Amino acid sequence: MNLFGHREKSTGEILAGGESAIANKEVEGLSQGQIVRHRFFRHRAAVIALVVLSSIILFVMTVLDTKIGPLRIPGWWKWTTEDIPALRYKDCPGGTTGCPTLSLKLGSSFGLGTHPFGQDDIGRDYFALVMNGARRSLMIMFVIGSVAGSIGVAVGSIAGFYGKKVDAVLMRLVDFIQTVPVIIIAAVIGKAAGRVGPLFLALFLGILVWTGLARLVRAQFLSLREMEFVDAARVAGASNMRITFKHILPNAIGQIIVAVTLIMAGAILLETALSYLGFGVVAPDVSLGLLISEYQSSFTTRPWLFWWPGFFIISIALCVNFIGDGLRDAFDPHQRRRITKKDRLKAKLLIKAGD
Amino acid sequence: MLSYIARRIGVSIVILFGSSFLVYNLAAYAGDPLQDLRLSTDDTARQQIIALTRDLQLDVPPPIRYFLWLKGLLGVFVGKVNLGMTREGASVQAELAYAIPVTLRLVLVATITALLFGLALGIISALRQYSRFDYGMTFLAFLLYSLPIFWVAVLLKEFMAIQFNNFLSEPNIPLKWMFIFSVFGGVFWSSLFGGERKRFWSVFTGAFATNFVILWAIDLTDWYLNPGLGPILITLLAIGAAVGITSLSTGLSNAPARSAALTMAGLALVWYYPAQWIFNNFGSYLTIFLMIALIVGTALACAALYSKIDRGPIARTAIITGVVSGLLILIDRIMQSWAAYSETDAVNYRPVPTYGQRKDQLVTGDFWINNMDLIMHLILPTFALILISLAGWIRFTRGALLEVLNQDYIRTARAKGLNERTVITRHAFRNMMLPLSSLFVGEIVGLISGAVITERVFGWQGMGTLGIKAINTYDLNLLMGVNLLLSVLVVLGNLLADLVYSALDPRIRLRK
Repeated sequence: MNLFGHREKSTGEILAGGESAIANKEVEGLSQGQIVRHRFFRHRAAVIALVVLSSIILFVMTVLDTKIGPLRIPGWWKWTTEDIPALRYKDCPGGTTGCPTLSLKLGSSFGLGTHPFGQDDIGRDYFALVMNGARRSLMIMFVIGSVAGSIGVAVGSIAGFYGKKVDAVLMRLVDFIQTVPVIIIAAVIGKAAGRVGPLFLALFLGILVWTGLARLVRAQFLSLREMEFVDAARVAGASNMRITFKHILPNAIGQIIVAVTLIMAGAILLETALSYLGFGVVAPDVSLGLLISEYQSSFTTRPWLFWWPGFFIISIALCVNFIGDGLRDAFDPHQRRRITKKDRLKAKLLIKAGD
Repeated sequence: MLSYIARRIGVSIVILFGSSFLVYNLAAYAGDPLQDLRLSTDDTARQQIIALTRDLQLDVPPPIRYFLWLKGLLGVFVGKVNLGMTREGASVQAELAYAIPVTLRLVLVATITALLFGLALGIISALRQYSRFDYGMTFLAFLLYSLPIFWVAVLLKEFMAIQFNNFLSEPNIPLKWMFIFSVFGGVFWSSLFGGERKRFWSVFTGAFATNFVILWAIDLTDWYLNPGLGPILITLLAIGAAVGITSLSTGLSNAPARSAALTMAGLALVWYYPAQWIFNNFGSYLTIFLMIALIVGTALACAALYSKIDRGPIARTAIITGVVSGLLILIDRIMQSWAAYSETDAVNYRPVPTYGQRKDQLVTGDFWINNMDLIMHLILPTFALILISLAGWIRFTRGALLEVLNQDYIRTARAKGLNERTVITRHAFRNMMLPLSSLFVGEIVGLISGAVITERVFGWQGMGTLGIKAINTYDLNLLMGVNLLLSVLVVLGNLLADLVYSALDPRIRLRK
């Protein structure tokens, strides 16, 4: 039993020369963007996550009516969160009411039915409620991601680019924000802002969670601004703006995107946790966390009221995490392609043919 | 170094002042503490308003009232801290002093357990990069990252407490579940060991059969009603631990270390019955502490007995083996009080609680039953916290170890002919621990504020519950007490992380 991995020489190691040849051939004549795209699409889990997340977003956004100012785009689902249809009690298990009609069994009952996710206590369609909640959570996730992303990048790049006093002051600001316990202050604001609405809450949370990103961007800038290409650009007469946006930021963009996806995955959990505690989105508005908190006690009798919101939270967060992982691999210049069995076979054949 | 620490603390105090000022005013303007009384039609409401206004100095505007609060806090320099009163008239310090140990108990147990498991899984995952096990762990880590803790908590309550208690009333493992558990165990162990297809299947078959036999034996003997390990099983486990620890710590070819470890494992059998007598008659934390000291002493003597040179690693191996064997005996003793605990009136054959940190109705002077109660209440919240923080440890460990394994000194170590065990445990593992050690501090601090939700779901009266209560009742002094403690922890945690890092890594010097 070899506890520490196999050190028998594998074909891949013997063919190390062939390995780098494969890697070089792979990026020949491609732009940075193309390389990243190719690498990302090779990450199977990330691609699946991207497809799933886009479908969830598309599904959730079209299912209910959308109001933009006076405009009203109708959704394709028959109920809204305000409708209170009669409670269904036919064929429900154990004398419960409002059980889900979603059926994946082939046959006459296959399909969504009238209430695919069931109904809540008073008969509201749970599918509409969950969709509305998912829409809220997605909106909050993107708002937090963009607010935290822009503040973090701005503060981090200014601190890293100018250094010295500017850096010291901005980093103390970061320390300052970090000492404020997010959950406490968010709860205080959430309690006061329950009446103001979820958008305000998201903006506020975005103002609190950018500190890690700022540190990361600063560190990137500190090392990148010492590089020769920055000196060259300066000698050529480029302005600070141009150096920042054209020379340094493109080199740091990979790490920034990955950090933002992590912030977004954390944001959806933070929002649902706050709503669960009663300090985030409050009724009559709907959020996934709020739905779970409301129906956690009915888990034993009507489990569907508990499963569906949780399922959506996990799917969204999981997809965002996997996309972030795929991007990390895609942007990582040290990342080499994993040698698969097929590659080894090909290389072996090549060598044989050469003999 | 000292001037660096002093400067850092100075800056931190300024920052803490600013952040507490901000939180105080935000919280003060966010809600009116007298709101519910103003709306009340009760006759005494007016008097209550007057009393509260006087006690909490609500007539002073918040920015100025903050300095009154600060004055009380600065009393720390003359040994008389006063963090004000809660709405009910209790002192904030007293409330905090009650809540802090509760939260710490929860967080420390969870962090340490998560760290141990996360390290092990992360290391194996990195050593078998791109294997089935590695992919499995990556997926597990992402899944755990995406789980909302309150959702997990409800599931745990249902399946680990309510359903398990139901199961205990009519204990019988159905054949279907035995099969599923065994397949799961087989897949886990076979992917852990990796290798070609033939080895995969042989490990799978072995693990599957072992799992099945164990489950069957448990079911036949109704072990879960009257659990325990017994001297024979303890000895076998201790010998297994001795072999495993020796192979990791010094390598099995080191004869003195092997003999010392096996001797310590053998002593577990010799000590089993005397230990029972001691535990039954003198059950207390002091006894446990003294027995650990005795084990360490014996292990040192053992190391001295078996070798005249290079005693350090041998003593290390013997001590770890001895402590693990001792723990087995202790676990056995705790298990023995399971039946007695279940039979008490307070528990009434439903031993896994879903709520609270103690059973108040439990009246017993027995040390072991009391501890059983503590442990049973810890299980669910700790498990939830472990699930949440495990993901981070797996990912960090994996990343850190992979990075270290790519370094030139690892290649050098291999090139000069060191065996793989030495390369991993001495060259890679130690360097990997550098970044992780500073993370550990941050993780504990993060978990303390993250425990808010866990405490709430499981009804623990810790800091989180206190904070939520303060926000809901607009209890400003209480909120500031919790807030102060959390922010001081963050500041100290950051400082400590930097210091630990510079103390361990000679390449880093703290100068600014």
